[in-house]
Amino acid sequence: MAYSLEGATGTWEIVCGLEVHAQVISKSKLFSGSSAAYGAEPNSQVSFVDAAFPGMLPVINRECVAQAVRTGLGINAKINLWSRFDRKNYFYADLPQGYQISQFAHPIVGDGVVEVTLADGSTKQIGVTRLHLEQDAGKSLHDQDPSRSFIDLNRSGVALMEIVSEPDIRSPEEAGAYLTKLRQILRYLGTCDGNMDEGSMRADVNVSVRKAGEDFRTRCEIKNVNSIRFVMLAVEAEAKRQIAVWEDGGEVVQETRLFDPSRMETRSMRSKEDAHDYRYFPDPDLLPLVLEPDWVAGLKAKLPELPDAKTARFVSEYGLSAYDARVLVMEQATADFYETVAKGRDAKLAANWMMGDFFAALNRTGRTIETTPVSAASLGALIDLIADSTINGRIAKEVFEAMVETGEAPGAIVDAKGLRQVTDTGAIDAAVDAVLAANADKVAQYKGGQEKLFGFFVGQVMKAMAGKGNPALVNTALKAKLS
Amino acid sequence: MSLDPATVRRIARLSRLSIDDNQVERMQSDLNGILGWIEQLNEVNVEGVEPLTGAAMMAMRMRDDVVTDGNLQEAVLSNAPDREGPFYAVPKVVE
Amino acid sequence: MFDLSLVEARDALRAKKISSRELTGAYVGAIEQLNPQINAYITTTPEAAMAQADAADAALAKGEAGPLTGIPLAIKDLFCTKGVRTTAGSKILQPFIPPYESTVSSNLLRDGAVFLGKANMDEFAMGSSNMTSAYGGVTNPWTRRGDNRPLVPGGSSGGSAAAVSARMALGATATDTGGSIRQPAAFCGIVGIKPTYGRCSRWGVVAFASSLDQAGPVARNVEDCAVLLGSMAGFDAKDSTSADMPVPDFAAACKRGVKGMRIGVPREYRMDGMAPEIEALWQQGLGWLRDAGATIVDVSLPHTKYGLATYYIVAPAEASSNLARYDGVRFGAREPGRDLTELYENTRAEGFGPEVQRRILIGTYVLSAGYYDAYYLRAQKVRALILRDFTEAFEKVDALLTPATPTAAFGQGEKMDDPITMYLNDVFTVPVNMAGLPGMSVPAGLDAQGLPLGLQIIGRPFDEESVFAVGAAIERAAGFSTLPTIRAGI
Repeated sequence: MAYSLEGATGTWEIVCGLEVHAQVISKSKLFSGSSAAYGAEPNSQVSFVDAAFPGMLPVINRECVAQAVRTGLGINAKINLWSRFDRKNYFYADLPQGYQISQFAHPIVGDGVVEVTLADGSTKQIGVTRLHLEQDAGKSLHDQDPSRSFIDLNRSGVALMEIVSEPDIRSPEEAGAYLTKLRQILRYLGTCDGNMDEGSMRADVNVSVRKAGEDFRTRCEIKNVNSIRFVMLAVEAEAKRQIAVWEDGGEVVQETRLFDPSRMETRSMRSKEDAHDYRYFPDPDLLPLVLEPDWVAGLKAKLPELPDAKTARFVSEYGLSAYDARVLVMEQATADFYETVAKGRDAKLAANWMMGDFFAALNRTGRTIETTPVSAASLGALIDLIADSTINGRIAKEVFEAMVETGEAPGAIVDAKGLRQVTDTGAIDAAVDAVLAANADKVAQYKGGQEKLFGFFVGQVMKAMAGKGNPALVNTALKAKLS
Repeated sequence: MSLDPATVRRIARLSRLSIDDNQVERMQSDLNGILGWIEQLNEVNVEGVEPLTGAAMMAMRMRDDVVTDGNLQEAVLSNAPDREGPFYAVPKVVE
Repeated sequence: MFDLSLVEARDALRAKKISSRELTGAYVGAIEQLNPQINAYITTTPEAAMAQADAADAALAKGEAGPLTGIPLAIKDLFCTKGVRTTAGSKILQPFIPPYESTVSSNLLRDGAVFLGKANMDEFAMGSSNMTSAYGGVTNPWTRRGDNRPLVPGGSSGGSAAAVSARMALGATATDTGGSIRQPAAFCGIVGIKPTYGRCSRWGVVAFASSLDQAGPVARNVEDCAVLLGSMAGFDAKDSTSADMPVPDFAAACKRGVKGMRIGVPREYRMDGMAPEIEALWQQGLGWLRDAGATIVDVSLPHTKYGLATYYIVAPAEASSNLARYDGVRFGAREPGRDLTELYENTRAEGFGPEVQRRILIGTYVLSAGYYDAYYLRAQKVRALILRDFTEAFEKVDALLTPATPTAAFGQGEKMDDPITMYLNDVFTVPVNMAGLPGMSVPAGLDAQGLPLGLQIIGRPFDEESVFAVGAAIERAAGFSTLPTIRAGI
């Protein structure tokens, strides 16, 4: 069912396209040899090239090119073996050259597609128009001094991939799903870490609205939205604003806006002069970028298994549901962790443990898969102890909690706490006899027809056995003695 | 192609060159002269000709992804007309 | 001392007939004596030069001489020199002290050269007279017979050419974007060569028009230039447009002669209203080459006349972008402003002279929305046609001979009213930059007023050797030995 917004004059549809700026993971910058690492002392990762001193020249970083190609391959896009860099000319304090080296006419990657899965399980394909490489700008601080802004050029020249989607997005949910999926692919490929709060991934959101069946109306661009949640909120807020304008008899003006999360609305950016005239022309300090087909094929051959393929494989190989598979595949580290746990074991049991107790423990202790207190080997060992009946499911939970707390191996914990499951029928019979003897009234009630009391007896026997009774044997013994 | 004063001012603004009223007329006349002279290029038949950017050259050389530069904080800041500690300083920008 | 050419001085140093201290000291003295009049130098570095000279003498004593050990040179103020003010002839860089050395000047230091100072130039290399410098015009050491009014040395490398011509340096670095080596060399009666685009590194050279700029030497004679270019040239990984080609022995090429070479005469270089003296000198040059064993072949370069218009679209366009970095934020001069835009506008209006501002405005205009196709794109297509003309001609000939300039040096203050009159100075030189070819100017004779005239030799890409061979042949035949009125050592 298509998403729509109700207005006074009828039903409106949202049309949305996203331009994502993704910082490339590389050691050095796109056109200079200074470090691209985040978080350094201001202006300490700036070369004379980055600071646009007289006579300085750009030289391109092969790894940044490779990362762009990998990303293109990861979204099933066309890799353009011939592409070119253009200068985008404008003046701003964080742009030392007075131009940004970008790709305008001939980007390195062409048409691609990102498939997203929505909450109702349906899938949709969002088109990607192009991906190109460009320089990031520096950072300005406007709040440190009453009359001056301060400039840090550390980020100036870091490689960015600009990924432009087709205007195929029709709802805030789709926008969120697209960004989530794109981010996931980038992280799987290792081409961008997707940390929107650190600014290594930013989205410009293009939004317009229309009535069903119409052509596109005027759109506005909301710049630099830095979380997926804010993107979804911004899409909705802007759509509502535009609908109100149209319904009031006005016309939406094409402009650049910012999203204000505290007010949950977009506002116009202070006008940056007349519409930018970027005067794009081919950068005369650079030659065309020509890629060898063999080199591209080599990159393709070494790509990791991507989310969609991995999800499909988890379903077929491990018998998981599509939903469960998607959850486990969300982060590559989680998927790898799962496969280590599941290897040679009951895959579904492994999935249940991960998605249940394990994720809960990570949340509770504020850890991540990277900093997990319980290793994949340990979790696997715990499952082994359940499978060979050394412990039962309930005891396993107790053991797991101890594993989270102490980081020790499950076997050691079981032994130390004496938690081995009791399978000795003699001991079980004795416990059952004791419980039934102590609860003669309930036995009579049970035999009189209150079958639910069976659970009570099970609980009592388990309590008497400190939880270590083999549940199946306890059931068998109780059934026999109650009949 | 003839420039009017408004266009001269717009181009000056795009170039970030302040140009006062007496200069506009002089610039307008200089620029119009040059542009008129350049018009002769319209005589040339450029059908099917690919534009040349640099002189004919091979494809671009790429460098290895190694940190070889930066860590020059003092050197990149020491020529600045206004700096504040480790930052360049400019008149405040309101966004 | 001043009669020694660069090669002769080099040999004398190696033979210990003179010391670099003596040689450099003489040139430092020449600068003191003549610079107030000639203004060839914006910045002089006499103390550093003497220290370098002493180091050179020590190296020579140990028998560790490099190709240029102890040779005193002027460095055009467009090359960034570490620790030494570099202005590009502009007010906007008046306070700029580069923390790095350009590759070309590094190469010269590596080979043992001594730097006397930074040579004056047209602002940001934009000009053909050296009158647009913010540090005053340069006076040509030559004067017209019986007339002592000051003349221009040509530009933009006017300071470099005047310094060499007046014997205030044994050689100099220069750059050429539309003729800025060849035209001043011709006006000052010396030799200058712009090598093939990519032969010398542009790293550390203040950029004017990136697809056209090339560094090259000016010196008293062809062999001196060959030695200088041999040191200046070479692949630089820091410049993406640098050619990864080995540097040939240019000096050896000077001795080759031209026997069996085919020399092209492009008919379109014979322009309406060209002075008869220039035509006569050209014919004489062709005669010399014929006598030396070359064949003369008529060729056609049909798009020659569009070279200037093409240049005055492409060069300003690139310059308008290259000069955007001069904004008073990270280096250079700054004018105050209430906000960032005013800071930029005031700084640049105050810091850039009128010719630079004109070219930035033209460049911005031709790239602006709606005009890119009509101007810039079209110009780059015509440029391709200009290159094609040369490529086709070079199937029939090995080098071309043309005049270097349409006139001899003109007076300071002449040609200043209309920019276009000034631009026409480069009519013979500009097509060579558009095609990225090597071009040399060699003094071949004097005009009726006793001023030097030069002939231009144009070669195939990366075939500077043929250019040196032809240039040396012209030089031998011309026997040009007149010296300028103003010079050291009189």
